[in-house]
Amino acid sequence: MSDKIILAHGSGGKLARELIEKTFLQALSNPLLAKLDDSAVFDFEGRLAFTTDSYVVNPIFFPGGDIGRLAVCGTVNDLAMVGAVPLYLSLASIIEEGLLQEDLARIVGSVQMAAREAGVQIVTGDTKVVNRGSADKLFINTAGVGLVPEGVDISGSNARPGDKVILSGAIGDHGIAVLSQREGLSFSTRLKSDCAPLNRLVAEMIKVSPRIHSMRDPTRGGLATTLNELAAQSKVSIRIEEERIPVREEVRGACEMLGLDPLYIANEGKLVALVAPEDAEAILKKMRRNTYGREAAIIGEVQADHPGRVVMKTQLGASRIVDMLVGDPLPRIC
Amino acid sequence: MKFVDEFRRSELAQGLIRSIQQHSTKRARLMEFCGGHTVAIMKHGIRQLLPATIEMLSGPGCPVCVTDNADIDKAIALARIPGVILPTFGDMIRVPGSRSSLQEVKADGTDVRIVYSTLDALQIARENPSKSVIFLGIGFETTAPTVAASVLQAEQEGMRNYYVISLHKLCPPVIKALLDSGEVKVSGLICPGHVSAIVGSKSWEFIARDYGIPCVVSGFEPLDILQCVYMLVLQIEQAESKVEIAYRRGVGPEGNQRALELMYRVFEPCSARWRGMGLVPDSGLRLSKAYQCFDAELAFEFDPGPAFEPKGCICGEVLRAVKTPRDCKLFGTVCTPASPVGPCMVSSEGSCAAYYIYGAAGE
Repeated sequence: MSDKIILAHGSGGKLARELIEKTFLQALSNPLLAKLDDSAVFDFEGRLAFTTDSYVVNPIFFPGGDIGRLAVCGTVNDLAMVGAVPLYLSLASIIEEGLLQEDLARIVGSVQMAAREAGVQIVTGDTKVVNRGSADKLFINTAGVGLVPEGVDISGSNARPGDKVILSGAIGDHGIAVLSQREGLSFSTRLKSDCAPLNRLVAEMIKVSPRIHSMRDPTRGGLATTLNELAAQSKVSIRIEEERIPVREEVRGACEMLGLDPLYIANEGKLVALVAPEDAEAILKKMRRNTYGREAAIIGEVQADHPGRVVMKTQLGASRIVDMLVGDPLPRIC
Repeated sequence: MKFVDEFRRSELAQGLIRSIQQHSTKRARLMEFCGGHTVAIMKHGIRQLLPATIEMLSGPGCPVCVTDNADIDKAIALARIPGVILPTFGDMIRVPGSRSSLQEVKADGTDVRIVYSTLDALQIARENPSKSVIFLGIGFETTAPTVAASVLQAEQEGMRNYYVISLHKLCPPVIKALLDSGEVKVSGLICPGHVSAIVGSKSWEFIARDYGIPCVVSGFEPLDILQCVYMLVLQIEQAESKVEIAYRRGVGPEGNQRALELMYRVFEPCSARWRGMGLVPDSGLRLSKAYQCFDAELAFEFDPGPAFEPKGCICGEVLRAVKTPRDCKLFGTVCTPASPVGPCMVSSEGSCAAYYIYGAAGE
């Protein structure tokens, strides 16, 4: 048997069957998936949250995770950000021919581990193999459904003046960890991606207070872009203080070296919550007891003036506007 | 990694700001030459913290911004030649030329690649022996030596498919041209940090001596810049003009001799066209005679077509510090980082982008 994925693995024939059974079914096994029907069928009662995301990260393995862990955590987090309890995920893989079987198996193993950690099941999936050059090693799409508990109403448009802005931990780890491995830019760092499922952290936050108004995970575009989205959606302004935003020294150092700004660097295991001021301290305390919220901090507050604007008080005491990210952050020339 | 937090300590910054306020009595116009300084000043909100006596001007020190439209058109024309791969540094691909940008022709299938080092460009040439790899070399004295090193390496390996377009520019001659024009009055110069690490602080002595303008080399952290402003204020108050260094951990008087030697072995000074400033004598670098076989402009036939500037864009005046980005009618309306008209809104070191992205609240 070849140690690489070849086009025939996506043909729908015998090799395809073998790949699905050996690589996917064995690792991800659960009764719904094992049926191998065209659709997974399950009962559901209540308000449903439904989301999808595609993952094309390069490189597919990076310090602290890989594309498999990312594909589960990303979708789980999107469900968690509206307060939903994630239940079932789909997993569709587009594989470039030539990918090592061993690498694929490792990634599917990560999918399973992340799914177990989040308490979700992969109940349906699809595998395609494309010609070399038509994809970059492996693309994954996951969709997910979750149940929104009664009384929970979290939306980007629900923030109110007076709300406190809570950030669950240090920013920029994922983006810089991935960048450090990218072809042509390898620099050595101990930094690991923060890629993690946040649904259990969110569940604990909701238990403390259902008055969490808005929540979002600052992935691509970073904290700055997420805050801008929330300010625009809720028609409020957000004021933050640079001094209160946790950024690891390694991230700050790498950003200075490359001419990047940590506010715009991607995270995969962080969340921003806009919560009623009277509940902020209690929520923060609870968050800090969770592995993924240990460094949580209140970084600012929501105000009524200048809707859509995000302003930051700099470490030196000046204040400046924080705009959205435009295009990819590119390292500077000189 | 060290050397970041130490240079952002708020209590030290407050002390420096107080010292500046105490000593500054004369009106002073300080120009930061370098785009990296412009970004740092805007990002940390340093302007708001300085007394009303001090006015800050942004100079032309953004290599992407000062690249002339005709040169961008030239790069695009070369990139479109069949069988050519054109690697360059990131920011450059977004800059609009007369008709399109490298980013746009890349989307059409032209092989334009972003690299982080000239060594990556060489690697591309090694891996694609049947293609011609044309490195678009842009930058000041900071990047030119690395491009020179790639040419020497290519020569040593006997590579026949590696070429360079040299759009490199030299800083001291353009500062001289700017001061000679008399268009802008400067009472103190914040000299570039990285460029000075290569050329040495002594390269600015002619400014202090011939123009009577105080010069201080600065680093890029808030404390570096405040220290530099403080030193300039002291010189101005005492009516002195000399070259000082507020960035000793990176810069000495002599610069990096090895880098300069490499640079001048492969390149020689030539006149260069700067956006907004026209032809400035001895302010560019072209491949010297012995290395002309690496010069893409000599090796290929191409037609970039006529060059023209975007209507209404005042990037040229912004680069000369005659106007500020906010004086531009297009600023923030027609021209934004998402749909830039001129290069100063594109580059991460461009004045317009820095003013737009890091605009002070309330302004």
